[in-house]
Amino acid sequence: MSEHEHDHDHPHEPITNGNEPPAAARARALEQLLIEKGAISREDVRERIDWLVSRSPTDGARLVARAWVDPDFKQRLLADARSAALELDLDPGPSPVVVAVENTDDVHHMVVCTLCSCYPRALLGPPPAWYKSFPYRSRAVSDPRGVLDEFGVELGDDVELRVLDSTADIRYLVMPRRPAGTEAMNEDELAALITRDAMIGVAQPAAPAPIG
Amino acid sequence: MTYHPGQRVRVAARPHDGHHRTPGYVKGKTGTVERAYASFKNPETRAYGADGLPEQPLYLVGFAQRDVWPDYAGQSRDRIYLDLFEHWLEDAE
Amino acid sequence: MERSVHDRGGWPDDAPIDRSEHELADWELLTDALVGALGGRGLMNVDEMRRGIESMPPDEYERASYYERWLYSIETNMTEKGVLARGELDARVGG
Repeated sequence: MSEHEHDHDHPHEPITNGNEPPAAARARALEQLLIEKGAISREDVRERIDWLVSRSPTDGARLVARAWVDPDFKQRLLADARSAALELDLDPGPSPVVVAVENTDDVHHMVVCTLCSCYPRALLGPPPAWYKSFPYRSRAVSDPRGVLDEFGVELGDDVELRVLDSTADIRYLVMPRRPAGTEAMNEDELAALITRDAMIGVAQPAAPAPIG
Repeated sequence: MTYHPGQRVRVAARPHDGHHRTPGYVKGKTGTVERAYASFKNPETRAYGADGLPEQPLYLVGFAQRDVWPDYAGQSRDRIYLDLFEHWLEDAE
Repeated sequence: MERSVHDRGGWPDDAPIDRSEHELADWELLTDALVGALGGRGLMNVDEMRRGIESMPPDEYERASYYERWLYSIETNMTEKGVLARGELDARVGG
């Protein structure tokens, strides 16, 4: 096993593990070869892993929560999400353009990458397996209301559903609607309602916890 | 930038041998430019070791779902948006 | 119009969407990191990476897991560029 440090909940597997797919040994051998040939360094790999495991939907949720409480920030987020992220000291990632799209009473957005798995990883963490799956990639564009049904989202007939297929350099982040009953909540409390799936567009934000 | 927001455009219905980022489901379909983005390196050449220059203008183009899928089962106002390079678009006005 | 196997939008697919969460295995994280590391060194850009994945024979593409496709692309690209000799990775794994 290559020596890399990362925070994972599962124990490290031994070098030869009968439960691993053949790809695991292949990946490790590939790493060894690439390092031996000087193509990359062990440090390159470590740094990259550190960055990958540092990514989570918390950053995206902070962006949305700030937009919910600050109308001027919301406009800046909608105009240039990359700059808005940098304003909050968040890493917008390598994509040159990140676009936030706003859900309203009349419009609901949903994001997919039918050609591969493009995703605003810097702000949302790793994409879920289903986002990268064939059924999602296929039906998010041709049957998005059916997909939302599967995800338990009820969208009214009068709501315009907009699917965004990330086919180029732009990464999309959905700004879900702020739920009713959250007027007294602070930014941190609001951020806790904003889930990864809501920022992909396959869920509504969590409802506020009942009082008492 | 050749196209502007609000302009009707048709996606070229040409086969392309090799890497390209125009999905088959939208080829030959007509939509409306929603946004004009900046220009970006051309993935079609960059994918084969070239530098991807000159950069190509990129557009967010929206389509009525019912114009894309013959048996679309959702609502008539539903739309689908894709980021498409200028050299895949033609004026449809 | 004929479509490539990676061009999935609207592809007939009746399968339900499996929504279970899967934490990445160490080898998957490693594979992801290798792509990033090679990108950082200017050895493989994202377009080359995608093209490599798309060059998989269709039945292999559909059978492979997500990161298996990434491994395939890294090997394809590195072999094309002469960083790896043809069959060198197989030999090392077979070891």
